[in-house]
Amino acid sequence: MVRKIEFSFRREQGSQRMNQRHHEADEPHSLVLRLGADDPLVLESGASLAPVQIAYQTYGTLNAERTNAILICHALTGDQHVANVHPVTGKAGWWISMVGPGKPIDTDRFFVICSNVIGGCMGSSGPASTNPETGEAFATGFPVLTISDMVRAQARLIDHLGIETLLAVVGGSMGGMQVLAWASLFPSRVFAAMPIASAAKHSAQNIAFHEVGRQAVMADPEWRRGRYQQEGARPVKGLAVARMAAHITYLSEPALQRKFGRKLQDREAPTFSFDADFQVESYLRHQGISFVERFDANSYLYLTRAMDYFDLAADNGGSLGAAFRNTRTRFCLVSFTSDWLFPTSDSRQIVHALNAAGASVSFVEIESDKGHDAFLLEEPNLFATTRGFLNAAATARGIPGGAA
Amino acid sequence: MSSEALRSDYRLVAEMVRPGTRVLDVGCGDGELLAFLAQHKQVDARGIEISREGVAACVAKGLAVIQGDADTDLADYPDDCFDYVILSQTIQATRNPKIVLEQMLRIGRNAIVSFPNFGHWRIRTHLMFKGAMPVTENLPDTWYNTPNIHFCTIRDFVALAEALQARIVRADALDAAGKPVGVKMPWWFWNLMGEQGIFWLARQGD
Repeated sequence: MVRKIEFSFRREQGSQRMNQRHHEADEPHSLVLRLGADDPLVLESGASLAPVQIAYQTYGTLNAERTNAILICHALTGDQHVANVHPVTGKAGWWISMVGPGKPIDTDRFFVICSNVIGGCMGSSGPASTNPETGEAFATGFPVLTISDMVRAQARLIDHLGIETLLAVVGGSMGGMQVLAWASLFPSRVFAAMPIASAAKHSAQNIAFHEVGRQAVMADPEWRRGRYQQEGARPVKGLAVARMAAHITYLSEPALQRKFGRKLQDREAPTFSFDADFQVESYLRHQGISFVERFDANSYLYLTRAMDYFDLAADNGGSLGAAFRNTRTRFCLVSFTSDWLFPTSDSRQIVHALNAAGASVSFVEIESDKGHDAFLLEEPNLFATTRGFLNAAATARGIPGGAA
Repeated sequence: MSSEALRSDYRLVAEMVRPGTRVLDVGCGDGELLAFLAQHKQVDARGIEISREGVAACVAKGLAVIQGDADTDLADYPDDCFDYVILSQTIQATRNPKIVLEQMLRIGRNAIVSFPNFGHWRIRTHLMFKGAMPVTENLPDTWYNTPNIHFCTIRDFVALAEALQARIVRADALDAAGKPVGVKMPWWFWNLMGEQGIFWLARQGD
């Protein structure tokens, strides 16, 4: 009985959060840049998008010379709420350990910007946004995007903020792909670049995992060919399963073993049923359910697709080195030993290309058993590397302050 | 840091490097030499270091250093991309010193190598009278746990340079106190009195 009440409470709360999220898609709790119908964003697919809305957060103060701006690029299921309370979940920002006063990305010294990627669902134009022509959500009528499209939209925001050259662009995973695209598309606008746990192309294995996730979403009858919002449906099961599968890829075997092992969930013995007997099952179910409350199913399809299409070498005649030819940007790459989704070899490939291009590049592989998610967690070596790299870049650019 | 505070072998290496050039330090440790060269010689300083701690220390100093291995990662650099490639106190720890030196002379116009001289009289007497692999202040490891798997003498190194058809631009030997052994002395004297050798090599014809 108690369980049932808890469940319906959870459902109620979840439903409220989903309503709040639908609201965020058009009217976010963020700063918003609106580009008019006369100022379209031409996409890599050839489609053009107008009007465009970009939701963003900033932290710290832009200096008079406009030289201390750091752009943070968020990962697949992240958003612009880096270091403030999230308007939907009420939780702390996703990189609160990294960004803030005195933190490695020090908002006392730097002006930090993070925008929701286009295709996202937290206030930048995406499939959950209302199509002004129809008054309904775009759903699958939204054009398919690429990582470069996200970056070109961000460049419009940086123009709007009156910043010519960013001190640094920093991001992990899909955020790291954006960092690489920034450095390749706008080399003169990126003084320093820090792609973390990332790759210059999405691997076959990673595309395969994404396809599993998309198929789970689309197999949910409540997905309604993408028109769930119009039809008042909630494709929560498909998206939750997609998240469960993806979440496994963000961890590592040792981390799962350490955290859960074969421990049972609130019971002494197996129940000989398909209930969540094991703690790891219960944990994944929780991950799935809490994710659907804050994320849009169609957005998930679009953003995973954008990552799949990413191949920086292919965009440059097959040569990754050509993507960075004559670059003056200083790079710092980081990978984690137990990350099997974006393994160290992916980062090394970028390092080799940058060396071949004669670029200034640092690279460190950090020992961690936490898998791909390590970049979001308390990793003292990541913090030290980030702090050192950014402070050195700031000093090289003549920005006052900093210990060294 | 002033040049007096710098390790004596580093000081000699720093003397050999022309200002404003491109330098790769292979096995750069915590970046002491690179930082000195960047500050006092305005070089474009790059490094390779095998230990995570070393790389982290270098990045924190603002140096461009990648985690890597001299034996495997030099092959990834294009020809002629550095003016100097430095290998200090590391060649004896490489798996294939000849290939490492070859790669250094391929990617750089000049190679500067410093190494402990196994022909030093103290090491010779240690082996002669104790009959055991020498363990000294500068070489404190025992034979079974040392990372130094390819010791050589100054004479051996000269032979390797000749085998690679490299030109010896300059050679120095430092005694136990870090002072240069007399310049005018013959090779055999250096090989006996030098605790370490520092060689500046270039390609024939360059």
